[in-house]
Amino acid sequence: MSVNAMSAKEVTRKLINREPLFILDVRNADAFQDWKIEGENFEHLNVPYFDLIDGVDEILGDLPTDQDILVVCAKEGSSIFVAEMLEEAGRSVSYLANGMKGWSEHLEPISLGTLNETGADRGEVVQFVRIGKGCLSYMIISEGEAVLVDATRMTDTYLDYANERGVKITHVFDTHLHADHISGGREIAEKTGATYWLPPKDATEVTFDYAALEDGVNVKVGDTQIDVHALYSPGHTIGSTSFVVDGRYLLTGDILFIDSIGRPDLAGLAEDWVGDLRNSLYKTYRELSDELIVLPAHFMIIEELNADGSVAEKLNVLLANNHGLNIEDEEVFRKMVTENLPPQPNAYQDIRETNMGKMTPDLETQREMEVGPNRCAVR
Amino acid sequence: MKSEMVLDAKGLACPMPIVKTKKAIAGLESGQVLEIHATDKGAKNDLQAWATSGGHELIKHEEEANVLKFWIQKG
Repeated sequence: MSVNAMSAKEVTRKLINREPLFILDVRNADAFQDWKIEGENFEHLNVPYFDLIDGVDEILGDLPTDQDILVVCAKEGSSIFVAEMLEEAGRSVSYLANGMKGWSEHLEPISLGTLNETGADRGEVVQFVRIGKGCLSYMIISEGEAVLVDATRMTDTYLDYANERGVKITHVFDTHLHADHISGGREIAEKTGATYWLPPKDATEVTFDYAALEDGVNVKVGDTQIDVHALYSPGHTIGSTSFVVDGRYLLTGDILFIDSIGRPDLAGLAEDWVGDLRNSLYKTYRELSDELIVLPAHFMIIEELNADGSVAEKLNVLLANNHGLNIEDEEVFRKMVTENLPPQPNAYQDIRETNMGKMTPDLETQREMEVGPNRCAVR
Repeated sequence: MKSEMVLDAKGLACPMPIVKTKKAIAGLESGQVLEIHATDKGAKNDLQAWATSGGHELIKHEEEANVLKFWIQKG
């Protein structure tokens, strides 16, 4: 008997459209508690598949009959196993294709609108929402050219997208050396001949050549000259750099999020970097136009998504509402970002070393390293 | 480590390593040890969780040349 597969993309559309979905997650309880598919109208039931080997009768009464049911496991095998038993018991369910692995790897491209409206070609910023892990990357497109910022390791997604749009990737930036996910920036640059940029202060141990991303670096995208302007904004890492794009968008990397701020401890230097973080948030950003639209490199909670699934908000709104931007007392701020921090991301040291080129784990290992939710922020 | 039975679950993906483990352990006496060889990396956490919920004990595990080995004592 074959059961219906639901793709990560379909689940993403349901999530963005705030549709209801009942998720039967058959992973073990620890894995479920650590990381699950969250949506405003998603309900969950966690029963490990190994408790269902002898049959699903016990849970039939817990499953709704009036909404879609999605069975989820780590890779998909166990969810198919359970879904087939549910079908045999007369229930219509789907399983999540490729499981949480596929969920973690899905990127949803969402256009944020046009740039340089006076130009002949209206440029565009596309946000790639890695919905399962909360990572955000960006493609800035203008007149046949594209610039990528904070690309994930799913390099084909960006290359295929650029192909479809008929644009050539000319520059690839990482706002900082990532500790929560493996960067695809270097690989994309190698495949496309684009320049790969990294902040030199984050790149002291890297094993490859890169262009130095420093304060004031300016690149143009296309002939209408969409400006991508680098702004040194340390704190999450010592090299963290932001970008002002076309005078309209502020790409903040892991320094400022919608409902939280960056954490300074993932390279082991919280005490040293807290002052930099404070300076970037309370001085550098405040000297910019507060009409800029903030585009962070992460979201932490589903409430940070806009109605269209994008993650973007005006700087003045964040200055008013983001708790991390409204702590007057420097000592209180210092305490907040150095004490009571959330757990560190899974395998973050290995991820950093991979991004430095010191390790080259195989794909399966890379997936294991990235398991779990995003943990780059303090709230 | 001494075991009453060795289960080869190499090359099998979830849920098969646990399905087979469950069957194999049903044939053992309480206190006897089942040795399992698997290659699915997810097996480790799942076997641990399954053993605990079933009243068995994962008494040892090790990794050798990409093969995960487990010893579960029947409860």
